[in-house]
Amino acid sequence: MELTKEEEASLKGENGESLQLAYRILVATGEATDAEKLVPIEWAHVSGVNYNTIGDAGEEFLSNLSKDAKVKVKTTVNPMGYDIDNVSNYNLDEEFIKKQESIRDSYNKMEVTPSFSCIPYEIFDLPKNDTQVSFAETNAAIYVNSIAHLKTNKESAFSALASALTGKSPYSDLRKDQQSPNLTIRMKLENPNELELGMLGYFAGKVADSSVRISGVNKMDRRSCKSFCAGMGTSGTCGKFILDEGNDSEKVDFDKKEMKNVYDELNTTDSSDLITLGSPQLGLEELSDLSSMLKGKSFKKRCMVFCPRTIHDQAKKLGYTGELERAGCEILSDCCTCLTPLIDKKNVDGVTTNSIKGAYYLKNSNGVDVNLKPLAKIIQEETK
Amino acid sequence: MTLKIIVKGIAKGKIMKTNIPINFLGAVDKKTGVIRDDKHDMFQKSIKNTILVFPHGIGSSVGAYTIYSLKSNDSAPSGMICTKADLSVVSGCALANIPMVIASQKQYDSLVDGQEITLDAESGTFSTN
Repeated sequence: MELTKEEEASLKGENGESLQLAYRILVATGEATDAEKLVPIEWAHVSGVNYNTIGDAGEEFLSNLSKDAKVKVKTTVNPMGYDIDNVSNYNLDEEFIKKQESIRDSYNKMEVTPSFSCIPYEIFDLPKNDTQVSFAETNAAIYVNSIAHLKTNKESAFSALASALTGKSPYSDLRKDQQSPNLTIRMKLENPNELELGMLGYFAGKVADSSVRISGVNKMDRRSCKSFCAGMGTSGTCGKFILDEGNDSEKVDFDKKEMKNVYDELNTTDSSDLITLGSPQLGLEELSDLSSMLKGKSFKKRCMVFCPRTIHDQAKKLGYTGELERAGCEILSDCCTCLTPLIDKKNVDGVTTNSIKGAYYLKNSNGVDVNLKPLAKIIQEETK
Repeated sequence: MTLKIIVKGIAKGKIMKTNIPINFLGAVDKKTGVIRDDKHDMFQKSIKNTILVFPHGIGSSVGAYTIYSLKSNDSAPSGMICTKADLSVVSGCALANIPMVIASQKQYDSLVDGQEITLDAESGTFSTN
């Protein structure tokens, strides 16, 4: 990879340790993806904010880095472990809260926008088409590449952080225009709900390379699209999809049998003592839908609803949160189903959710059993 | 043919090989290096001090922190060999200084689970000990 003189100097450490570290990451990721150069990016979205996922090593790393590092471009951040406003309602140990606060302080010192959201594409104005960005959160990277006409690699927590500190990223394949996926997945199920599209995404992630075509799906509403992107991000390396046939590419079918395989992999129980909605976090439209679906009903068990803080505030003004709380929902900001320590196998046996991504991490990281159902069925069966 | 060097260094160890990709965030315990995904064929094995040979990383972008944590907790593989680059594994190894290379399919196929090797990610070669 060709570097400019200034980039070379930074790599050698002439502009400080933080930049040297950032360039070391950019050069490794650039070499690995055969990028010929670095290009400027306008927006970085960083993951690695939740103490539950990055642990002590991550907390110390960020604390050291933030002593002199500042972001160079607009930088938004992924969810953390809990809701800042109501953490005292939950039985979290003090050590967790202390470490999580240290992580939050480190990001604040680096001057990020404290968004704590995995759906930056839904809460910030999007730049013009073809703008180069650097998004780590996998559902967001896939969403902005495929739906929002922006360009990003399927970044890692460190490569997006390196982009935030330098304003640059390797010019790898996903950033270029000439994307021609070599595989088409044919959706064989008609009128799929958001859970089925999440399973299609999970399957697609497993079999696709860096990009893929999907046929048999004309368009997806926002809820389904987020579910699809999150499923795909969980299972693979694929960073972009295109909805069309693609004449000369290899074809693979997604039918009832394939869907059952995914369901059997991720659905581990038929019962639950908690419902979670929001992985990815819910947007305003979804909260509005949910409050209409719940008119005159209430949940028979605890239901946690995850959304970004800005969405929570808007929903409050519009009266949606009142309706949701009346129906028994606990609305949480700043965090998400995935990997929040608020859901722990010590106090929860099984979780009902419509999120494939949530299911994977609840099972593998939180060690909790999962019962998968689409939203309509959750409302039908879990309310009175 | 030489290996494509991503993170330089020299590593010695026993090969732990799987043909199933790894989601470091969900599947690996960051303190111990033990695989905790019961659907993975390395379930309950530890990747500590091994030369980890696997197709590529998948899933979460935070998997990069898992690799960095493994190193800090002294539970990381000594080196990694993949056939495809994914940015979580690459950046995690770059930050943790774990020698990492990309191998061709032929080179990858020649690596045998349990074999003691030296991975030379300075010259881009490996040899049996």
